[in-house]
Amino acid sequence: MKTRVVITGMGVVAPNGVGLEAFTTALKSGTSGIEFYPHLKDLGFSCCIGGIPKISEEKKRAYFTELQLRNFNSASVLYGCIAGVDAWKDAGLDISDEADFESGTIFGAGTSGVERFREAIYGVDAHKVRRLGSTVVAQTMTSGVSAYLGGMLGLGNQVTTNSSACTTGTEAILMGYDRIRLGKAKRMLVGSSSEDGPYVWGGFDAMRVLTRRHNDSPKSGSRPMSSTASGFVPGSGAGAMVLESLESALDRNANIYAEIIGGSVNSGGQRNGGTMTAPNSAAVQRCIQDAITDAGIIPSAIDTINGHLTATIKDPTEIQNWTLALNLNGGDFPYINALKSTTGHCLSASGSIESVASILQIKEDFIFPSINSDDLHPEIEALIGRERIPEALIKQPVNIVAKASFGFGDVNGCIIFKKYKE
Amino acid sequence: MTNNETMLSDLKGIIQPYIQNQEAFDNLTEATDFINDLKINSANLVDIVLDVEDKFDIEIDNDSMDRMLNVKAALEVIQEKLSTK
Repeated sequence: MKTRVVITGMGVVAPNGVGLEAFTTALKSGTSGIEFYPHLKDLGFSCCIGGIPKISEEKKRAYFTELQLRNFNSASVLYGCIAGVDAWKDAGLDISDEADFESGTIFGAGTSGVERFREAIYGVDAHKVRRLGSTVVAQTMTSGVSAYLGGMLGLGNQVTTNSSACTTGTEAILMGYDRIRLGKAKRMLVGSSSEDGPYVWGGFDAMRVLTRRHNDSPKSGSRPMSSTASGFVPGSGAGAMVLESLESALDRNANIYAEIIGGSVNSGGQRNGGTMTAPNSAAVQRCIQDAITDAGIIPSAIDTINGHLTATIKDPTEIQNWTLALNLNGGDFPYINALKSTTGHCLSASGSIESVASILQIKEDFIFPSINSDDLHPEIEALIGRERIPEALIKQPVNIVAKASFGFGDVNGCIIFKKYKE
Repeated sequence: MTNNETMLSDLKGIIQPYIQNQEAFDNLTEATDFINDLKINSANLVDIVLDVEDKFDIEIDNDSMDRMLNVKAALEVIQEKLSTK
């Protein structure tokens, strides 16, 4: 029999809420964390809105030492460590003085310390390499976030960072799930973080994939599934969770949020319509179907889907892929919502933040509202019907949630979460 | 305070954020070793040298930096660099 894997702790740093309590409140009320940022306008960005979590100096000092904060300028490490340490504590786990060889982390990132890297580049170009200090490497190496977390928590199993664009967070969870299923770890802290600001978002602005129509109306700027979706709104943050073998969780009488019953990652190989930036729809459908097969469920058992749904012209394609993969449509289609409507697209952190939201729905029996889709795209309405997209909070038992993420490089990931039952 | 006393006090102020053994720091002498006694992370020796450069407005070359492993050697290097300014 396969090792069962459960979630016993979570942490989140999102544009619309830092910490589980604030995030849950924002989730249920559909509160947007999108704001206008004047410095983006000053720099000539077409899209001057985005989602950035609010972290006070006092909050930083609760997680990092004064020494760690000297010359500290790495958002990936900052967000990831807050979410990761919160998840560890939420799981009721201690921080040991010895290395814990049964616990590891797979904590993804898209970039690390871009602002710190910029400072270093200016230093090097000014012939001041000898004055960079000792922390440029730790803050700018891609695995910075997992390395910091490993030290804070004394993790002695695998400590690494994965990276697969906007699939990163979902992939990290599935990699930790596999490791526990293989019996190579008892507990894995999994999640991902993503940075923000002009140097991370500039490339997307240059691609014209960000909305430029909502600089005066930031809260209604992120419009997944809408007929007026005109590009995504960039976001940032981190999501984290402690995965644990059911045996380990029961042994220590841990609180169980939900169980992961299956999942799949694949790639469309940038063939059959797939490119660096567009999905091979056959691969997307296969990924979803493989996850369902792995979970051993029938598609109609899914109560609600948390889509990737970024608010670009590809949203109707995603909905079509779900209907074909599940062979469900119209009134038979599960509910589907898009967290990006309130957080923006948190890039490499999106999969983990959205998975935290998915699991909260199971734990607290609700389906969160998806905002800004009141003018639903006609192609989506024709496929699944308007009532499948919750515009207000729905309170009902939630047993199974399917979560998918898709990323540049034509990569896909899908996880099936289920309410824990003995 | 004599110049030497001032210099020692300045040096103590610089290394304090990096120490991980408060008792050794409280009983600091010229013989106190940065890594073995104060338990300073070896990577942070670089940062101490940069802070010393800023405080005394001197430049410390790599060979001199390699010598700066205890209080006595650090004070000697600072004296040396100040005298050739």
